[in-house]
Parts: sequence; structure tokens; C-alpha cells
Amino acid sequence: MSILGANNPAVAAWETQLAAQVRAGDAHLITGAGSSRIGLTTGVALKAPDQAWDYDASALTLTTSAGVPVDVIQSTLAREGQRLGFEPPNLAPMLGRTSKGTIGGLVATNASGPSRVTVGACRDFCLGVGFIDGQGRVIKNGGRVMKNVTGLDLVKLMAGSHGTLGLITEVSLKTQPIPEMIVTLVVEGLLEGDAVAAMSAALGTPYSVTGAAHLRADASGAPARTLIRIEGFEHSVIYRAKALQNALTGYGASDVIWDAGENARLWASIRDVTRFQNMTGDVWRLSVKPSDAPKLVTDLQPEDVIYDWGGGRLWLLTKPDTDVRAYMGAGHATLVRASDTTKQALGVFHPENAVVTKISAGLRSKFDPMQKFNRGMMS
Amino acid sequence: MQMPAPNTEVLSRKSELVSKLRAVLGAQGVIDAPEEVKAYECDALAAYRCPPLVAVLPSTTEEVAQVLRICSQMGVPVVPRGAGTSLAGGALPTADCVILGVARMRDVLGVDFPNRVIKVQTGITNLSVTGEVESDGFFYAPDPSSQLACAIAGNIAMNSGGAHCLKYGVTTNNLLGVTMVLADGEIVEIGGDHMDASGLDLLGVICGSEGQLGIVTEATLRILPKPEGARPVLIGFDSSEVAGACVSDIIKSGLIPVAIEFMDRPCIRATEDFAKAGYPDCEALLIIEVEGSDAEIDDQLARIVAIAEQHNPVEIRESTSPEESARIWLGRKSAFGAMGQLGDYMCLDGTIPVGELPYVLKRIGELSKDYGLGVGNVFHAGDGNMHPLILYNANKEGDLEKCEALGADILRLCVDVGGCLTGEHGVGIEKRDLMTHQYTLDDLDAQMNVKDVFDPSWILNPAKVFPLAASTTRRGQL
Repeated sequence: MSILGANNPAVAAWETQLAAQVRAGDAHLITGAGSSRIGLTTGVALKAPDQAWDYDASALTLTTSAGVPVDVIQSTLAREGQRLGFEPPNLAPMLGRTSKGTIGGLVATNASGPSRVTVGACRDFCLGVGFIDGQGRVIKNGGRVMKNVTGLDLVKLMAGSHGTLGLITEVSLKTQPIPEMIVTLVVEGLLEGDAVAAMSAALGTPYSVTGAAHLRADASGAPARTLIRIEGFEHSVIYRAKALQNALTGYGASDVIWDAGENARLWASIRDVTRFQNMTGDVWRLSVKPSDAPKLVTDLQPEDVIYDWGGGRLWLLTKPDTDVRAYMGAGHATLVRASDTTKQALGVFHPENAVVTKISAGLRSKFDPMQKFNRGMMS
Repeated sequence: MQMPAPNTEVLSRKSELVSKLRAVLGAQGVIDAPEEVKAYECDALAAYRCPPLVAVLPSTTEEVAQVLRICSQMGVPVVPRGAGTSLAGGALPTADCVILGVARMRDVLGVDFPNRVIKVQTGITNLSVTGEVESDGFFYAPDPSSQLACAIAGNIAMNSGGAHCLKYGVTTNNLLGVTMVLADGEIVEIGGDHMDASGLDLLGVICGSEGQLGIVTEATLRILPKPEGARPVLIGFDSSEVAGACVSDIIKSGLIPVAIEFMDRPCIRATEDFAKAGYPDCEALLIIEVEGSDAEIDDQLARIVAIAEQHNPVEIRESTSPEESARIWLGRKSAFGAMGQLGDYMCLDGTIPVGELPYVLKRIGELSKDYGLGVGNVFHAGDGNMHPLILYNANKEGDLEKCEALGADILRLCVDVGGCLTGEHGVGIEKRDLMTHQYTLDDLDAQMNVKDVFDPSWILNPAKVFPLAASTTRRGQL
């Protein structure tokens, strides 16, 4: 069964064309992010259908061609009072690019923002996927319903595979209603160990926290801020904001940011790592056990740090060529911004254990036996 | 149900196999007497039975690894078993297999409240995980109906859901790491107490893989803070179609109930006769539960009632106390038992887009008439996960076959309206031969490619998930 193609001849035709091109070609670099085109290094770049989707707002599901720009998706959802629940980041400005990402690129990188800590990552919102494998076959997996355990879950495998297993042509996603109100509790001046403890305490309350981040004091004179976000209906948010303030009294007095615009800007800047945009240095993205984060940061002494996901996600700005992984225990670190030489020397992706490496290589050789896709990526 | 012929060479080497297994597990850990292995001949899909050659009960990951080393060297199929509560025949043995049960692996390996994770051996029951953390205000979210008995190992294998997954997600959304033993006995650690994979999301493909890729012996699970409180509202309608429309409107409104359960008239009548919950006599009813403080619950229930009132309900019953909540849930929780009083039943598990509910319910009614078998519907409406219960008489010649044929028609209907064969029970053997209705042979080949990597000899949980015709060449390597 096709997820989308059967209902949409334009997408089906495009998939057939792409599949033929994959079969005929040699090496393909899949570069979803940056344009609505899926670029192929051999042959002509084929323009993905950028107006193709099947959006069922009353079922909270959206199926779309992978080539649709993220901002087009977001404005489409917003018209129905909905959004992408995993808060997709736009790292382009921080990376010094002007390009706009595609929905396929989001899924291929499993890109997830601050809300990931409680509502889940991009992969948790992916319901179905269509892709072209290395043999030039159009493959579908999952579907467009919320619960589906039919066969092996290749949707999750494709999410975050960075184009190493196939070329994603369509995705089906779960959407989320935009809440009536969003507010942020702010505790100022906490030491980083205390900040992580405060975030942990907040995330352990029943008050449905959807964001927990900590920012250092910055050059503009703003103090260090620990930020706890809650969302929902107005009555409920007001109640929970008070309850959370009470729960966190041990960490000092807290204020509440009520202004919708200010909240949106604040969390967008955390999501997009805007703070590092005009600062020089390498940028690393870490996933660690939250309570390990403060000591790791103390050992590393980075130029700057953003704690997100209650400390489970660290964005580090380091001096060029710092090998962050040398300081780490469990968890993983991805080198997001650095010179090509540094990327070459340290590797963009975190090394895996031997068995996982063997399995990953095995999967890659099965899905893409002639190594047509994204050679050298993730290996 | 067609199963491959047992491997006669394996059967002939039983005593050698048993002595090798005993050398690793001792006499207590290996069951080989025919009258004793019979205890493992089926799971909760009891219509299909086959005693295994041997059953083993290891206590540690290392013992599991040694068993798998022995079996892979001898070419013996291995069928993993959690608590045996699969409704899809996921743990059905073959006559030439070793059943590997995790029932002795029930230790809690660590609880970490600040980081909101628990690490367990996977033989522990689902409810015990919550039991371990609830006095500190936490719980483990996935809540399959069998949670008192079912094991985390089986939950991971089937990516189990439950009534409350509308808000909290299913197993895959709450699993952070595993220790798994591969078919050749190699032990692999994937994930941990941090979020998301650095490379390929192997955890994502392992969860729900029905024992095809390896045996998960330890798991790191996310635990969540318990809500302050929860209360349901019961709403009756004089048509299933209207109840379905009401579900759509609630979901679209921005409310996130923890559960939206649906029962149709046959099910309501059966539960009334059985449990006397005092449900209204109507075509369809919804039970919608919300969480929060008392004031938050009142506010959310008021919003739900306002939406429901636009759909001309025949009755609205808002709970204001734990006693009233229990009464509202009583019928729903007794539904399966009540249907069981009417005769034998088969429980289906297809999922459909929520908007297709009215059409699918109507078609199920028509099919039920055509086949002359009663069907009751009780299911998780919020996410479109249907559970049609087909009534039949196991003692009546040909009735099971008729029931299976009706079940297959209903599942094909689910796929045809844009849904899938199974929302939370898994494919097992039950839906194996329907897979080609949902997937092309290329789609299935891509899935089998994954198994090729994890289990190159195809010894794990044979003849499940993939139609036999599609997997013949690969299984032929045995």
C-alpha cells in the first residue's frame, strides 16, 4: 500500500522517476536540507512536488512529499491551529547558511527541539515513510495512523539515517494542536549544578513541563537563567505556573514570562541555538544523562553552553579542535559546526561500540548494496 | 495455519541439545519432558498449539547468550517468550524449537528519579515497573490490558500500547536503551539513560520486531510523574457515526485526554448483563478520561461536554468522585470478560484513520450479518485502534475458520481505508498471511533485509510476521 503515492499521481510519478535515476546513476549525494530540491550529483536534480500533502487536521495527521519546505508545512498547520510537536530547529543561521530546510531533511536528521524532553523526538512523530533504496526500489513502511505495529518499524530506522539507507520521498507525521497559552518560569543566577537539579525537580512534577533549559549570563549583562516552560489552556497554565513556583522555592524566587511573543522568541533562540550565531568556535550537540551534564561542562570548560532537555541535551561552543568526546562517559556528541579539517580529524558522528558498528554497516550494505547514497557519511 | 515442517535432524539430536543446555543452565533451567513442555504449547492465542522440543529458563544475559550460541551452532530455532500473553501467537512454538522464557529474569537493576529512568531485567511484569516507582510519584506509561501479567520483554517485542497511550505514547516512545542478545549469542548494548541515537536508530527497529532480531534481556525505560488526579466522563449516543464525529471534534479542539474509549451496542448490552455498570441503553458510548488538578479536570470535562452537546448525546455522566469513576470504568474493564460469557471470541486489532470510524463500523455490521457471527466493538477511539470481538463457537465444526475469514475481511477493510492490520498486538502468526495486503513484496523484502543482518540464519522466532512464501529462500538457509 502506498502511503501517499496512490492518492497523488504527481508524487507517484516523481518517485518512479527518482527510482529510475537511482538505478541508472552511480553515487548520489542526498541533500534535503537547504532547498526544496533533492540534489543528485549525477544527472539532473529533480524538483520534488512541493504542494503535495494530505492533511487531515481532525485526525492530527499530515502526509507530505519530502521536498516540501518546513516553513510551508508550518504555515499550513498553523492555519488549522496546529504545529509540529517536536519543535523542529532551524540551525541554518547558526551554521552561517541562508537555506530553508525540507521536511525530508528534518526526518532524515531526526531534528528535534526543546519539547523533545517530554513529548518526544521527530522520530516519535513519524507515522510512515516512503523511500527509494539503493536498488532503486520504491519502499513504503508504516502508514498514516497513530498506532501501527504491522511489521518491522523502518520508519524509525529511516528517521535520523542521514540519507545513508535510502532517499526519503514522503513522510507521514502526527501533528499537534497549538496550545492556548505558553508561559515560562525563570529562576535567575543558579549555578549550573543547581540549575540541572531545579530542571530535574520541575520535570518530576505532575505539571506537564514542555521545556527545561538553562542559559549562562551573557555579554549583554543578562544573568544566568533557568527556564521552565508550560503550555495548555489558560486556567490550567495559570494554576500550574503557581504550583511550579511553589515546587521550586528551594531554588530561589522565580518570575513568570507571560508575554506570548517573548516566550516564542526565547524558545526559538534556544531551539535554533541563536546564541552561538555570532560567536566563533566549534559547536557540539550532546545527548547525555542530565545529572552528568554539570560535571562534564566543568571538566570541559567550553566557551559557552546551552543546557536543554533538563540537561540531557548540551549545546557546547568550544575552542576549535577541542575533542569533546575525550571528556565524556555515556551518551554521544555530534560535531555540528567546525572546519572541514576538524570534522575530518574528530569525526562528525560519535563512534559506536563494535557490535552496533557491525550491525549498522550490515544494514547499510543491505539497503544500499552498491554504496550509492551519501558515501562517507556516518561511517 | 501453515507452519514449516519440523527439521528432522534437530528432532533427532534432542538429547545432545538437552545435555548441552543443562551444562549451561543446570537441571532446573531446562524443561524437556513432553508432559512439561506442554505448558508452553501456546500463548493467549490459544486456538493454535504446538509443544516445543525444549523450554529453557535462563536467569542472566550471559546464560541467554550461551543458549543462543548452542542453538545457533546446532541450527535449532529459538522462540522467545515473555509472559505468554500474546494475542497474535507471537510466542507460538514450533515442534523443533527451544522456547526461551525470560520469566526468571525479573530484577530491578536501578531506579534513577532525578533522571526519570528505571533499568530492569525484561522478565519483570509491566505493572511491577510502575509498582517499583509509584510511591515516589512516578509511573511507567504503556498500559496494555494484560499489564498485571505481561512482561516488559513482550512489550518491547510487540511495541505494546494500552488505553492511555493517546497521551503518553506506546513502548517505543518510552524505551531508552536495551541489552540484547543476537542470534549467534553476541551481546549488544544499545542506547542508555540518554535520549536518541547518535547513529542509526537501532532501538527504533528493535522495538516491535516480535523477537525476529534478538532477545532483549535488559531495558532502560522512561518513567513519568504521576498526574495529580484523573476523572472520566461517559457520553452515550444514538448512533456510532455521531460518536465518531464527536471523537474527531474533541481531538481537534486541543484537548489531550489520556483515553477515549468506545463501545458499541452489542458490547454495551453484553457488559450490562455481565457487570451491571448501569450504562445507558444506546448505540454507542464514549468514556473520555482527563488528568490534572481537580479544577483542571473540571475545566477539561466542561470543554468535552460542550463539544458533546453539539452532537445530541442521549446521556452525559460526568464523574465527580473516585466511586463514580470506578463505576464508569467498570463496564469498559469488564467488556472482554462479558463478551467471553457469550461464547468464544477472537479479538482483532486493526487501526484506521479516526475519520473512517463511522464507515468502518457500518461495514463491520454488514460483514457480521453476511457471516452470521456476532461482532462487538470496544476500542481506543482516540487513535483509531479498533478491537472488534468476533463471537464464535470453538466446538462447532467450521466456526473457527468462519471467524478467521471474517476477521481477515475486517482487517483488509482497515487497510483499505488507509489504516493497518495491527495497532498494538503485533503480527505474529495471526496476521502473517495478510501482510501482503498492506505491503508489497519489495516492502517486505526491505523489512526482511533487517532480519538478515541481525539473524543471518533466520533461527529466531521462525515462521512469524513474514508470509511463508515471501521468506522461503531466506528460511531455506537453515
